[in-house]
Amino acid sequence: MLRVEARTRLGELKLDVALAVAPGECLALAGPSGAGKTSVLRVVAGLLRPEHGVVRCGGETWLDTAGGRDLAPDLRRCGYLFQEHALFPHLSAWRNVAYPLRELPRAERRSRALDLLARFGMERLADAHPATLSGGERQRVALARALARRPEVLLLDEPLSALDTRTRGSATRELAAVLREAGVPALLVTHDFQEAALLGDRVGVIDSGRIVQEGRPGDLAAAPRSAFVADFTGAIVLTGEAGAGPDGLTLVKLDGGGSVTSTDAAEGPVAASVFPWEISVELPGDDPAHGSAQNRVEAEVVSVTQVGNRVRLGLAAGQPLVAEVTLASTRRLALDRGVRVAATWKAAATRLVAL
Amino acid sequence: MTVRSAWFPALLAAALAATIAFLTLPVVAIFVDSSPRDLIDSLGEPGALDALWLSLRTTAAAMAVILLVGTPAAYLLATRSFRGRAVLITLIELPLVLPPAVAGIALLAAVGPSGIAGGSLEALGIELSLTTAGVVVALTFVASPFYVRQGIAAFAAVDPTLRDASRTLGASEARGFARVMIPAAMPGLAAGGALALGRALGEFGATLMFAGSFQGVTQTVPLAIYDRFATDFDAALALSAVLVAVAAGILLAAKLVAGSEALGRAAR
Repeated sequence: MLRVEARTRLGELKLDVALAVAPGECLALAGPSGAGKTSVLRVVAGLLRPEHGVVRCGGETWLDTAGGRDLAPDLRRCGYLFQEHALFPHLSAWRNVAYPLRELPRAERRSRALDLLARFGMERLADAHPATLSGGERQRVALARALARRPEVLLLDEPLSALDTRTRGSATRELAAVLREAGVPALLVTHDFQEAALLGDRVGVIDSGRIVQEGRPGDLAAAPRSAFVADFTGAIVLTGEAGAGPDGLTLVKLDGGGSVTSTDAAEGPVAASVFPWEISVELPGDDPAHGSAQNRVEAEVVSVTQVGNRVRLGLAAGQPLVAEVTLASTRRLALDRGVRVAATWKAAATRLVAL
Repeated sequence: MTVRSAWFPALLAAALAATIAFLTLPVVAIFVDSSPRDLIDSLGEPGALDALWLSLRTTAAAMAVILLVGTPAAYLLATRSFRGRAVLITLIELPLVLPPAVAGIALLAAVGPSGIAGGSLEALGIELSLTTAGVVVALTFVASPFYVRQGIAAFAAVDPTLRDASRTLGASEARGFARVMIPAAMPGLAAGGALALGRALGEFGATLMFAGSFQGVTQTVPLAIYDRFATDFDAALALSAVLVAVAAGILLAAKLVAGSEALGRAAR
């Protein structure tokens, strides 16, 4: 279990967070840049000392400002994946990975580093220097290096944002596998809610140094506690398998049942995203008087949350959906928990990203 | 259009040609005026070899001190921010603008026999003025600011997350300094080292004022050149050629070190 409390002033920003992450769980802190996300990681790693703070990992206390304890960063076992990877430019890939393996006898370091690289399919580039590697390859080397010390905590700073869209899908799958296998608490920060939703078991939305709402990604989108969270959560993401559909559209068979169409071209596993305000809601009996380009999913309303002059509806279907509707239509359709509705949206409003 | 704008490139080319001609002509003249035969003959003279050997020894000793003390000092100034940091950097840069004669006087006033710290040094049995050790002190005083100044810039230019990464990977700050920061800052450090070395090798005024000009003890090559200048111009010329050759060789070696690093970076 990782427990973190930190209160400190960072220039204009007042950071004040408290969080706990269970072993094998990934908490994603998502928020705009300048919200203090990276500072939380730095506090855990010991690179930033807060005015008041506690960091406990497993049975150990790494930081307790009241008790006068502050363990040096090199004595905290953190696997820190830096945003731009921070690979040592003068060392080859395997020497980067071997850097933290000082406890091993010199002769074993290379073979252990090669094992770690092989896990990410990088053993053939073991002698390459970081300058000659692509963004995705650098990320894999950095991951292998971060895991080399068998960390007790994983800290991931914007792990996907340094990658181009093409490598992002495979990197997402790889990271999810790493997080599952490592079995340690993981703390991820990102400015992108989709990234947080894909990799985090829980998401904490952070704004101006505070965690304003925390929960499962679907719940945050469905029942945002503030307009900031509602806007920040953006599109909802459905996963499935894409193939050819009618009229040149792409048909996505959703995991958990149902299907949607999209105007984007894709093949194989995909993430389909749609913004809540693109989804309209009607009663299931209503005549679907729209063309085949209209997606239609039957669902049950599980939450109704008013955000300003709009209403967020949490919808239970094969995968959770979120619709944003006006107050007027909420009244007209007598929307409330337990009501069965049909959620509809255009194929053109459905974006596909290969996974 | 093209005709109208042609004068500016021509001006640039003319400025470059004038610069090159002005800077290289005197150097070329040294070699034109002294035949290889004169060179070898002048080196056969015992005083010349003594001077060359002394120059190499004292410069090496000064460089050892500058690198060993200057590198950590530059690292500290580059990686910490604290009150008075700018003042410290200015103090380090001060010897750069001191005339060499003033530097010599200053050293005498500080660590000379009757200087403010001279008494305590004497009590320890250390005598600096008019000794070979004094030459090393003079060289270190005038040359170290070149290295430290460049070293601060080189360390400051290294991505600070490399330092953080090293810490989170279980390395103490000392290990990160040796294994990550110095290699990453190497091109800049090498350039600073080359500048300091060139300055130390050519040092004249401060050495003359502080250590004197005694053959085999404090007479380095620049002092030996001056010594022969009045009596034997050809010998002075030949020694000058030797000094130019040594300095050029050092500059070239430093450029090669820095250049190979820069090439490695450009491939990124």
